[in-house]
Amino acid sequence: MEYEAVIGLEVHVQLLTESKMFCGCSAKFGAEPNTQACPVCLGFPGVLPVLNRKAVEFAIRMALAVEGEVQPFCVFARKSYFYPDLPKGYQISQYELPLCIGGYIEIETDGGKKRVGITRIHLEEDAGKLVHEEAYVEAGTSLFDGNRCGVPLLEIVSEPDIRNPKEAHDYLVRLRQLVMYLGICDGNMEEGSIRCDANVSVRPKGSKELGTKTEVKNMNSFRNVQRALEAEISRQIRVLEAGGKIEQETLLWDPEREVVEPMRSKEFAHDYRYFPDPDLVPLYIENEWIEKVRSELPELPWRRKERFVAELGLPEYDSEVLTSERETADYFEDVVASGVPPKAASNWVMGEVLRVLKEERVGMDAFRKRIGPDRLAELIKLVQAGTVSGSIAKKVFEEMRTDPSSPKEIVEKKGLAQISDEVELSRIVDDVLSEHPQEVERYRAGKVQLLGFFVGQVMKKTRGKANPKLVNRLIREKLG
Amino acid sequence: MELWELSAYELSARIRNGELRAKDLVFSVLQRIREMEPLIHAYISLDEEGALRKAEEVDARVARGEKVGALAGVPVAVKDNICIKGGRTTCASKILENFVSPYDATVIEKLKAADVVLLGKTNLDEFAMGSSTENSYFGPTRNPHDQERVPGGSSGGSAAALAAGEAVLALGSDTGGSIRQPASFCGVVGLKPTYGRVSRYGLVAFASSLDQIGPMARNVRDTALLLKVISGYDPKDSTSAPVDVPDFTGVLDEGIEGIRIGLPREYFAEGLDDEVRERVMEAVDLLEGEGAEIVEVSLPHTKYAIATYYIIAPAEASSNLARYDGVKYGFRAEGEDLYQMYCNTRGQGFGEEVKRRIMLGTYTLSAGYYEAYYLKALKVRTLIKQDFDEAFKTCDLLATPTSPTVAFRLGEKVADPLTMYLSDVYTVSVNLAGLPGISVPCGSSDGLPVGLQLIGRPFDEETLLRVAYVVEGSLKGRSEP
Repeated sequence: MEYEAVIGLEVHVQLLTESKMFCGCSAKFGAEPNTQACPVCLGFPGVLPVLNRKAVEFAIRMALAVEGEVQPFCVFARKSYFYPDLPKGYQISQYELPLCIGGYIEIETDGGKKRVGITRIHLEEDAGKLVHEEAYVEAGTSLFDGNRCGVPLLEIVSEPDIRNPKEAHDYLVRLRQLVMYLGICDGNMEEGSIRCDANVSVRPKGSKELGTKTEVKNMNSFRNVQRALEAEISRQIRVLEAGGKIEQETLLWDPEREVVEPMRSKEFAHDYRYFPDPDLVPLYIENEWIEKVRSELPELPWRRKERFVAELGLPEYDSEVLTSERETADYFEDVVASGVPPKAASNWVMGEVLRVLKEERVGMDAFRKRIGPDRLAELIKLVQAGTVSGSIAKKVFEEMRTDPSSPKEIVEKKGLAQISDEVELSRIVDDVLSEHPQEVERYRAGKVQLLGFFVGQVMKKTRGKANPKLVNRLIREKLG
Repeated sequence: MELWELSAYELSARIRNGELRAKDLVFSVLQRIREMEPLIHAYISLDEEGALRKAEEVDARVARGEKVGALAGVPVAVKDNICIKGGRTTCASKILENFVSPYDATVIEKLKAADVVLLGKTNLDEFAMGSSTENSYFGPTRNPHDQERVPGGSSGGSAAALAAGEAVLALGSDTGGSIRQPASFCGVVGLKPTYGRVSRYGLVAFASSLDQIGPMARNVRDTALLLKVISGYDPKDSTSAPVDVPDFTGVLDEGIEGIRIGLPREYFAEGLDDEVRERVMEAVDLLEGEGAEIVEVSLPHTKYAIATYYIIAPAEASSNLARYDGVKYGFRAEGEDLYQMYCNTRGQGFGEEVKRRIMLGTYTLSAGYYEAYYLKALKVRTLIKQDFDEAFKTCDLLATPTSPTVAFRLGEKVADPLTMYLSDVYTVSVNLAGLPGISVPCGSSDGLPVGLQLIGRPFDEETLLRVAYVVEGSLKGRSEP
């Protein structure tokens, strides 16, 4: 029998606010343990939470970007369970009345565009971290780091609209792109800025009924999500094929062994005893606020992509690559704004710029400080004016990575200007032809592919500076 | 008269104009504490050194002609569920026996700014859960009027300290009557402010939607003075209200001509001690004589108040007390694994009444019971609020007994929690409705104080104080400054 999977994802996105959700502590990642913690986020006796307005604004941004409905009235609730990383014995979250209901994220599938529905989006606080493995931890003990306690999270729950692990992967890629565009999350997977749990069931293809679902946790990269889902779907199919029944349970993905395994029952047999947090008043979000946030929303990646195709005449592929991150698209548009034709700008950004980012593992912000879009535009213009050839331009670009001078100065300093003097080039071409009589003969006998060989020889003699168009013409004339 | 017997308004005036040294006052009160503590046990911890240091500072500043705060040099006792930085805050629980707070509650910051002298922390029922101060890990407090009797609770330590002359002013907290009932039992004044009037930041939470810190004193004017100092919007407490703080003392002399006082029928029904009823009715007659108009009103949902309260308060408590798990601070009992450590810590660290309420609350919040209990209780709470709204259409405030009886004997009710819970039958509705309430002495029965409770509209503490001031003046005679 052929099966299809039914998958829903719960994604936790760590919000990029300055301070934590309910206190003034910094929410920045990577500080020394327990240096960003105070009585409030550590749940000391007598403290009270005060809601971070920025976190709410970020949640509204997300809600609007997925075309969800921001609720005029929502409530924070306590989710109770005991664990040493949870200082209050409960997590402040939202339950019955979340901040946003509905919305969708569009993905590309083989069958065309597909909308994955969003069930709800709500705000909650993160728990702390237990440290077991660092050098300073005594064997058999755990230490507690409160820096992450109370860091704001956005939980985005999808509808069970996803049908295979690839779609799950693509949904996550889109979601990550979106939260980064919105400037509400740094998208850093290694630091846990985006975390994902999945609900999975399988059913005979074509069936309308839902099978029993399991929950898969501990998937710390998009690739892991895809692999864990593949493993779990095959497992469920194997069980069903063997006439077995799927147990409703929570499973952990083991990335080393590439298997899913049930959690011990004690770890998940929770009754969370949700109830409205009496320390926080209900949150009323007025229309004016929503409209203000809407007016400040950046252009969303898919809209921008469409615009690049329609208005700048870029190929689909270029547009997709350039808009995958907001900073890249911004950089590209700045180069275009400096007077460079879009396709030329696109080639340079997609080629050289992205290569350097990858090589150096730096962000666009850092790169932009070294080679600003205006400086790159200047270089591209040199190519277009014929001052340097494309390949020389790449050399200049390499220089620009460490030399803050203008491309023009670099060209002058390094003597890289293109030789377009017909008399001089004519002489060099003559030299090359007289040095290679055999090739000349074969060319004349019809082996016209040798044109490239002669051009190459000229380039070698001029260290690449010869104007290639002119060289081509001269060789053809002389051999014609 | 000894210094410790005097009122705060008189003492602070004399200290501020240099007539009296704050240090002498502190000596007097500390001496009194030394005499009375072995009999009363009002305090869990004392800070004699800090008190003397503060008194000296006040004296020095007065001597230099510098400005000092509104209650400069006045010795204040603080219930031990309110955090003072650097000192122990135990909540009368083993689980917090050695917990030292790293911060000041907002009310403590305000008291410090008013230059009071903080004497120490007073006894209470563990985590403010109780009506007799018998549920304290550190042992019970005794009623200064009769040491065989309880001072009421849970702010029994604060009430007894005032009655015994071991403090001039005190802070209590009131979740279901915990300021008013002990004030009534000990013959002092205690006011539970409107929910949101005083910041809860730094008050160790029992039931967050009901808790309020409030002033306790030996007279109405002192109560008003202390209320003024501790009131006001606090950005650290999302439930505190951005409303103006009136002077509170300014209205005391205005009299009560034309004020309409409602007597809720349900508060004078079965279960009310005859003598308590008589004292309360005498006070009401007296108020009528002073020009008030007395009307009868009805609060028909009163009979559900105790049940509603004992669902909502334990539910919130079960969650608020989840943080005491032995992991970060406070008492920890070892266990072979994490789960056993939790069980042992909480099993040994909490007393019987606290555990009873945690279990009640955990049960009512559980899946499958939430709607039947917690959600229903919230609905009844709304009905109780509406009763008051309705009543306040025909009167300006309500007068009732504070408690159905005078102070009972130690041990009399500990074995029977339900009877103990009924001690709060007249006070819990006020918390459920978020209203202000005051208990003011209105005579005695067999030598034990009886309290009159006045309940007001939201943020109308002024009317309560004004009426209480008339009761006090007529019954006690007055020695004005």
